[in-house]
Amino acid sequence: MSTVQLFVPRDAAALAAGADEVAEALQAACAQRGVTLNLTRNGSRGLLWLEPLVEVVTPHGRIAYGPVQPEDVPALLDDAHLLTGGFMPEGDVSPSPRPSPTRGEGAMHSKPLSPCGRGVGERGQHTSDDMTVVAHPLRHGVTEQMPYLVMQERLTFRRIGVTDPLSLADYEAHDGWAGLRKALTLTSAELLHEVTHSGLRGRGGAAFPAGIKWKTVAHAHAAQKYVVCNADEGDSGTFADRMVMEGDPFMLIEGMAIAALAVGATQGFIYIRSEYPHALAVMNEAIERASAAGFLGENVLGSGRTFHLHTRKAAGAYVCGEETAMLESLEGKRGIVRAKPPLPALSGLFGQPTVINNVLTLAAVPFILARGAQAYRDYGVGRSHGTLPFQLAGNIKHGGLVEKAFGLSLRELIYGFGGGTRSGRPVKAVQVGGPLGAYVPESLWDVPLDYEAYAAHGAVLGHGGIVVHDDTANLAELARYAFEFCAAESCGKCTPCRIGSTRGVEVMQRIERTAPAGAAPNAAQHAQQLTLLRDLCDTMQHGSLCAMGGMTPYPVLSALNHYPQDFGVAAAPSPQPSPTRGEGAQTQRT
Amino acid sequence: MPEAPLLADLIVHHRATPGALLPLLHAVQDAFGHIPSEAVPAIAEALNLSRAEVHGVITYYHHFRQWPAGRHVVQVCQAESCQACGSRALTAAAERIFGCALGQTRADGAVTLEAVYCLGLCAQSPAVQVDERLHARVSEAKLARIAQQLGVQEVAA
Ligand SMILES: Cc1cc2nc3c(=O)[nH]c(=O)nc-3n(C[C@H](O)[C@H](O)[C@H](O)COP(=O)(O)O)c2cc1C
Ligand code: SF4
Ligand code: FES
Repeated sequence: MSTVQLFVPRDAAALAAGADEVAEALQAACAQRGVTLNLTRNGSRGLLWLEPLVEVVTPHGRIAYGPVQPEDVPALLDDAHLLTGGFMPEGDVSPSPRPSPTRGEGAMHSKPLSPCGRGVGERGQHTSDDMTVVAHPLRHGVTEQMPYLVMQERLTFRRIGVTDPLSLADYEAHDGWAGLRKALTLTSAELLHEVTHSGLRGRGGAAFPAGIKWKTVAHAHAAQKYVVCNADEGDSGTFADRMVMEGDPFMLIEGMAIAALAVGATQGFIYIRSEYPHALAVMNEAIERASAAGFLGENVLGSGRTFHLHTRKAAGAYVCGEETAMLESLEGKRGIVRAKPPLPALSGLFGQPTVINNVLTLAAVPFILARGAQAYRDYGVGRSHGTLPFQLAGNIKHGGLVEKAFGLSLRELIYGFGGGTRSGRPVKAVQVGGPLGAYVPESLWDVPLDYEAYAAHGAVLGHGGIVVHDDTANLAELARYAFEFCAAESCGKCTPCRIGSTRGVEVMQRIERTAPAGAAPNAAQHAQQLTLLRDLCDTMQHGSLCAMGGMTPYPVLSALNHYPQDFGVAAAPSPQPSPTRGEGAQTQRT
Repeated sequence: MPEAPLLADLIVHHRATPGALLPLLHAVQDAFGHIPSEAVPAIAEALNLSRAEVHGVITYYHHFRQWPAGRHVVQVCQAESCQACGSRALTAAAERIFGCALGQTRADGAVTLEAVYCLGLCAQSPAVQVDERLHARVSEAKLARIAQQLGVQEVAA
């Protein structure tokens, strides 16, 4: 048999699901069978409930199998003919498939469709060239035709899971460096115009237009300027930055190099959280390879322009994701928030003009340069242009990465992509935008995902993280957790956040103790504590220096306003919540 | 300090880096498993900082340890996505299985059990990190198997 090309991801999510063990099992089993294996460790396609997702290259495309565990490997090779992608010449179905004891009938033809599984291109069991397809419960057909992927609009993530993350040749073969090469032919003004015209806004939370930020830095006068990439990604429910760094590190390098050209920076830093050792290792290796190949360094692609790039490992402080705290940390200090002004764009790292952008913001730039600003701008709705990599997490059946243009709805994401809860119970609350984001009730699941539309409803898109909770969740407990998190992570610089968060925990404890309301003699106390809670939130929201204290009221108040029964405000929580939860009454209580 | 030459090497290697303190502290912790208090004066002097400043940085960041951890470090994610998938119950199970409370090191030094806030595995919650290894969708049974593989004996509560 000739060489077989397989892909087994090396993304942390795949590793956590056992990808290394699967790769070893495949190698051992192939060696045993005398098959030469060409095994590429790719990034993850983002269908995370199917990790480890093994792919095999066939004349019909790449065929996906997942989730594969090491013990599945012998049966996948012998019965499911994984090495040919399950394609067998018509009439030649030897060796006779042994029914696999663990996987049902496992073998031929008939099988239940896996949820997001069978490729649309594989309607029947016969292909055009007289081949038979050997079905298997773990076989999902042609990867690119899987509905979860077909329904997406992948601009930033178009290479991730497809290529070898650390192969410069692979990157180049998939449009790599086209944006940087284009950028080198443009003036700074032209570059700034492209990025501004694309409509790209910061993907790290605040959604500030990238072009305007870059312009401020470009026009500042200084001997030294910096580009800093915020890869702190501390929000629960987010993993897109990690996937970019682990799955397509050259794209981030390219984006940062373009930013450096646009503003005149010669030094760059990527601040990576310490919880992401795999991302850090991949970025370090990628920087080394890109430098050796002339994409970074003294003379970028022979242009005479200089850009040096370094990584910095964070140290486990959530607030260091806030840009000024991050600068302090990069300077070797405690990561305490700086008052603005001055803006980091004018006085940033070591007091010099600095562009600070999120990983996804910078990663979108190569596409914008390569395909043109208008191509990016054409995606999206209103003032939210382009795509957002949504991250489906929490209690969800098909959790993963969904890159879509702005404007789809939460309902489409939760049910169309996510398949509802993993527990099979009704969805109760969805936190959008990380720990500082609001809990969004069912009445708002049809609002288009767009920065302005969400803001109008007192919610935020943030980083695009979506955490689903089923009906066993207690929103009062989650509100208390929001305060606990703020108390643990507050930088301590301002009183509303430092003291307010601790008082918030106490008020929540009293509310939980005195609920349900109406039960004398607690009712008056309970009502008083609720008033106190709102007052406290008001103080934190309006008196805090940064969004840590300023936005902790979002999860708290949204929980109280939309799920009052959990705070003992509604008469009594019904023991059997309705499965549809269509009744808007509860959501209008306050 | 027995490892003084190693510390000196690390200082020489990092002292010229702009914003050297965090990279140096990481290097020290990677080498020694924690940041020994004896290392603080040398670090302060090399970077032209006060000892209080260095101490302030070490204590500010959750990642840095002032004392050695147990032979195995087990971190259970406590953030929202993992909560939505049962991390509270899993944490209780971890305390039982590993025989120590969250934030503590077991008396025999076998295990340190810690909270962690998001490992970036939120689509496969609940998530746990054991030493350098990540584990997704961790059940109580899976945690017990991990303990067994580590050779961690259950201790009577
Ligand atoms: C407490 C706090 C934590 C933050 N964490 C992050 C983070 O992990 N990643 C990120 O990109 N931005 C984070 N931000 C937002 C940054 O301050 C900043 O807006 C962002 O890095 C700018 O980049 P962008 O314009 O590309 O979004 C955080 C803000 C606050 C207040
Ligand atoms: S709001 Fe909290 S985190 Fe932000 S500056 Fe104030 S104390 Fe620091
Ligand atoms: S919330 Fe636990 S891994 Fe993200």
